[in-house]
Amino acid sequence: MSSLTYIFKRLFLMIPTFFLVMVIIFLLVRMLPGDPAIAMAGDRASDADIQAIRERLGLTQPMVVQFWLFLSNTVQGDLGRSILMRSDVTTVIVDRLPITVFLTVYSVVLSLLIAGPLAFVAALNRGRWPDAVIRTVFQVGLSMPVFYIGLVLLTFLAAQLRLFPVGGYGDTFGERLYHLFLPSVTVALYTSAIIMRNLRSAIIEVLDAEYVQFARAKGLPARLILGRHVLRNALISTVTLLGLSIGNLMSGTLVTETVFAVPGMGRLMLEAIFARDYPLIQGLTLTFALLVSLVFLMTDLFQSRLDPRMRLQ
Amino acid sequence: MCTTFHRTGQALPALRDVSFSVSQGEVLGLVGESGSGKSVTLRSIIGLARRYGNVTGQVRWQGRDLVGMPDRALRQIQGREIAMIFQEPMTSLNPLLTVGLQLEETLHAHTDLSKVARRDRAIEMLNLVGIPSAKQRLKDYPHQFSGGMRQRVMIAIALAATPKLLLADEPTTALDVTIQAQILDLILQLAQDMDMGVVLVTHDLGVVAQTCDNVAVMYAGRIVEQGPVRGVLKHPRHPYTVGLMRSVPENLPPRTSLYSVPGVPPSLDALPRGCAFAPRCAACVASCEQDRPPLSLITEGRQVACFNPVTNEQGNAA
Repeated sequence: MSSLTYIFKRLFLMIPTFFLVMVIIFLLVRMLPGDPAIAMAGDRASDADIQAIRERLGLTQPMVVQFWLFLSNTVQGDLGRSILMRSDVTTVIVDRLPITVFLTVYSVVLSLLIAGPLAFVAALNRGRWPDAVIRTVFQVGLSMPVFYIGLVLLTFLAAQLRLFPVGGYGDTFGERLYHLFLPSVTVALYTSAIIMRNLRSAIIEVLDAEYVQFARAKGLPARLILGRHVLRNALISTVTLLGLSIGNLMSGTLVTETVFAVPGMGRLMLEAIFARDYPLIQGLTLTFALLVSLVFLMTDLFQSRLDPRMRLQ
Repeated sequence: MCTTFHRTGQALPALRDVSFSVSQGEVLGLVGESGSGKSVTLRSIIGLARRYGNVTGQVRWQGRDLVGMPDRALRQIQGREIAMIFQEPMTSLNPLLTVGLQLEETLHAHTDLSKVARRDRAIEMLNLVGIPSAKQRLKDYPHQFSGGMRQRVMIAIALAATPKLLLADEPTTALDVTIQAQILDLILQLAQDMDMGVVLVTHDLGVVAQTCDNVAVMYAGRIVEQGPVRGVLKHPRHPYTVGLMRSVPENLPPRTSLYSVPGVPPSLDALPRGCAFAPRCAACVASCEQDRPPLSLITEGRQVACFNPVTNEQGNAA
């Protein structure tokens, strides 16, 4: 099976997943305490106004009908109107999506740049002081909450030393790299700690594997043994973990984007929740679910590139 | 040659005073129980043990000492002059790389052949070890081969750069009985064709009898007896060799309980002061527990480390 067929098959399999996601979102929003119509109508609305809003939102119809409307509108790309932003949910999300994607990719790249080399140094010096230092530092990083690290970085690097902006997004690619550096590093410190630990133990395990012994007995250059034989094999388990961490990392953007005042989907989600902007919450949740599914798909594809045993017949 | 491993501040002597030589075209069998140091011996020769422990003494290879040799210089000998094959064909090949690449990288490291020539040589090697349609199989991955075929691939890789000495660490133990003989024959045939010395680690005395010129018996990190195969197997002089011979079931009626050497080998952190085999030995005398018997020449080409060696007649009886 070619990888293209595989991708289509996987995309096709995402349909039932999304149906379930939509059921859950639909029910979740309706189980939340509070009436969206009351929230929308504001404090001084009369009962008649609220009833009118209910009817306009279709809340007076049976649940099944409501769900059908939600489903068919979503499939057509219509996620409803945001109460908070006074605009189409789709438009709002399309506007904010690139920022969050940029932040996520940036964080992942930084995580790998931090975790990869350090994992190698730690694994090759296993049990000696470089290993101990690296592991201790990461242990500390891992045990501190992301928002706390973010605040510390903001206070020192941005507010006091004025090395970085305290918020915002920037317009050009370079400006974005600069503006989003602190939030990305904040997220990356946590993610890289997880990746580093996993990669380190994977490398240690692979270093003792018989095929690496065999590669050494063949008299191959050290660089080739590490790059071709050790790293590739060690990456297999780490890639899975990385995929899962990216999923985690996306929900982490709620905190990071808020702390660093980045106008992305995470911060929007928080605002939407506070404003009880149900259409927006639904749309954002759906978008996050879509992104995470795509990340998992890419993880699987990368893994099958890496490991021939995973290639499907 | 001595190899010591360290564990939490404690020195574990895995090999002590192991000494033997192999000449061109010779097949030396290295036998002993699990944990007696057979594999460590091979790994110490080819320089794999130095990453895990402390190797002292000498490994003389064509006038040079491999023990003190820097890694870089050693790599010119590993795979090119001395090659090693491992026990487990399932885990000794990198699962992520095609067999073609794994063969080719050895050639790349040790020869000046062009890319095309390396490919031709790889096909030639696979043909040599008896892999059908070698050309198509270059781009296959290890999991697409059976155990026996993988062992053939490993032999092809090890021998690609025409080494002068092959270290074979129980190359047939993990294979089906029917395949074992084929692989052994293949190794010996290629060794003969390439005029290559072989150190064959095994615990199968039948294999030793059929294939080796000389044999060294190891116990608790030492060689306790060595000499020509015919002599050692026909007239074993060390009580441990006698015990090993007796534990090979031969012409036994069904349901007879099998003989095994009584007791267990000593652990490396609690080796007895005298002969390591003394606690299990029926012929143990007073001096055995006090002093360590040196490996000494008792007859032409025959060395035994025992104060009270079995005589020829007793040996026959065993």
